[in-house]
Amino acid sequence: MLNNETIAVAMSGGVDSSTVAAMLRAEGHNLVGLTAQLWNQRRLAGKPGMPEQVHGRCCSIDDVYDARRVAQDLGIPYYVVNHEERFEQDVVRPFVAEYLSGRTPIPCSLCNNHLKFDSLLIEARQISAEKIATGHYARIEFDESSQRWLLKRGVDESRDQSYFLFGLTQEQLSRTLFPIGGMLKPDVRAKARELGLKIAEKPDSQEICFVPGGDYTKFIDAYLEESGESLPDTSGELVTTAGEVIGEHQGIHNFTVGQRKGLGVATGNPLYVLHINGAERKVVVGGGDELLSKTLRARRLNWISIAELREPMRVKAKIRHRHEAADATIESIGDEVLATFDIPQRAITPGQAVVFYHDDVVVGGGWIA
Amino acid sequence: MRRVYMDNNATSPLLPEVLEAMRPYFIEEFGNASSIHHHGQSTRAAVERARESVAAMLSCRASEIVFTSGGTEGDNLAIFGLIKAGDHVITSTIEHHAVLNACKQLEKRGCEVTFVPVDGRGLVDPADVKRALRNNTKLITIMMANNETGVVQPVKEIGRVAREDDVYFHTDAVQAAGKVPIDVKEIGCDLLTISGHKMHAPQGIGALYVRKGTLIEPLFYGGNHERQRRAGTENVAGIVGLGKAAELAQAGLANGTIARLGKLRDRLQAALIGELEDVGVNGEGATRVPTTTNIHFDHIEGEALVIALDLKGLAVSTGAACSSGAIEPSHVLTAMGLRPDQARSSLRFSLGKQTTSADIDFALSMIPETVARLRELSPVWQKRQPAVGSRQS
Repeated sequence: MLNNETIAVAMSGGVDSSTVAAMLRAEGHNLVGLTAQLWNQRRLAGKPGMPEQVHGRCCSIDDVYDARRVAQDLGIPYYVVNHEERFEQDVVRPFVAEYLSGRTPIPCSLCNNHLKFDSLLIEARQISAEKIATGHYARIEFDESSQRWLLKRGVDESRDQSYFLFGLTQEQLSRTLFPIGGMLKPDVRAKARELGLKIAEKPDSQEICFVPGGDYTKFIDAYLEESGESLPDTSGELVTTAGEVIGEHQGIHNFTVGQRKGLGVATGNPLYVLHINGAERKVVVGGGDELLSKTLRARRLNWISIAELREPMRVKAKIRHRHEAADATIESIGDEVLATFDIPQRAITPGQAVVFYHDDVVVGGGWIA
Repeated sequence: MRRVYMDNNATSPLLPEVLEAMRPYFIEEFGNASSIHHHGQSTRAAVERARESVAAMLSCRASEIVFTSGGTEGDNLAIFGLIKAGDHVITSTIEHHAVLNACKQLEKRGCEVTFVPVDGRGLVDPADVKRALRNNTKLITIMMANNETGVVQPVKEIGRVAREDDVYFHTDAVQAAGKVPIDVKEIGCDLLTISGHKMHAPQGIGALYVRKGTLIEPLFYGGNHERQRRAGTENVAGIVGLGKAAELAQAGLANGTIARLGKLRDRLQAALIGELEDVGVNGEGATRVPTTTNIHFDHIEGEALVIALDLKGLAVSTGAACSSGAIEPSHVLTAMGLRPDQARSSLRFSLGKQTTSADIDFALSMIPETVARLRELSPVWQKRQPAVGSRQS
């Protein structure tokens, strides 16, 4: 499929996106490599709980160096584009605000919706690349019968990122390429080696890219301090479902539904966070079986394989990244969706996304209320 | 692909004559200029001839020229060479980072620094400088021409303020050298920095004018090079290149080359303002070096415009060169009162001696349509009233 249309490759300096660039280049496409500078790791470096220096993290100089080097080796134009302002506004601030109101956010989905497939795609189009390619493990196909762009799970089930991509619009999907969505990770590395990429053995990144060390509570402290805001007092009571106060906590942002450790109370039976009441700053705890729930409500929905949900539908619903999608029936109620699981699910967590699947196809998704 | 380079304030290509002048000093004439033997004598002579050429360009004595590695070193040598803890320094808000960050470092070392503002045209008011003087003021360091806008500061008036109060005056003339005449006596400065690669000499060479009798401490210690003001074996080839470039710079001012570039610059900016709406020249109304114009293209990100133009073969910049995407809007443009979004929409076009009229045509053939394309896709532009659109066709 040789043509002159320019494709922008979002390059992080990692194996996946580098391989995407090399594969598309080998196919003869006109490419421009872009690395979005999203967060300045130096901003919070050295603050309490934050590392003094940050190495090899997303948006670090090392990663930009790697991405630039790959682009140079491939002979494609390459630019670092700055989207820090948008990232802070649409990802970091909501991330902090969600935790402070007792929910558990997914910054990666916000980043996909607002950064990679919105502002970065717009910038790509401004510089005459009508499409963007990334190293996500997911597939995009056009369905002739429904005349809709479909988002499908990546072939590598252990790497599948379709859950984080449920917010993509038809327009965005039509302009996006996931060239490694049909590959297994080991094959991607093999391809990287075959194409002579020097970063073929680079380790994968795991944590939330802007939270060094993965300790989000310390990040929130440091971020608020740097913004000149003090951490709001969200301390309160630990209560049982019966309303009995069994202890106190230092702030609701330290908790997530299903959490067992760090409750600071010793009882005979293991206790779990069941529910966080942001308004009353109460953390409700109870036994593991009380974490089970048969229904959830989702809002701010995005539909992909269907234009809208007109009548109840049988789906498999995935309530967190590492959750095995479970059979459920979904139905529209106003501008929300009610999902009723066949079997109660554990730790349904407000702030996370619920994504609905038909086999490999993403039907749509929304945010758990 | 045809490529046109309009970022000469970032760096400029060697003139062929400069390369020719340097060529013998890599292999045939390789001696250490401090050596006693023939080889050393030969390069020593070349270094001193170059020193005379640079001195002639600045209207000073050869002994007042210290060769450095470039503009940043010259600025740092001037500032750290003079200032001790407890001293007060006056500078401006629009200096190059070589001065700005050196001054911020001084603050950490127990010095006081006053950053005087600029007006909407980007000009420092000498009266503000005078008002900022204190008993312990040791140095005024204010640039001669701004790297982003090309605006030329009233250095003579500032020099007078310095003289009246017996305060040292340093000016960073990196972006002025070769573009406007420089006479250190007329300016009345004690220290003046130039850099080779902004005037068609190579990167890695520069010079600091140090007025006779001005005692500065060296930045590094070693041999007694450069009259003990700059240790380290001389960069002979670079020095020779700078000498040749200095001669050519003077010639360019005298023979109409710079005036020609000024006409090209004026044509470029007039055409852009004529064809596009919501654009304007930053620093308009001030005297500017003839080779630079800085234009705000409202409602777009300058970063995207730079990339889009680069992909079409035109090299320009958003301001100071920065490899990893600076987020902060230009401190120079915001100091002049531009809104942050306007500052970020601004591009710098800087011409060099190699720039031709055809290059200007090339730029004009693509800038209006590229700006229109960016605006079409810009969320900010889309929010404007639908009736308003780009006038260019």
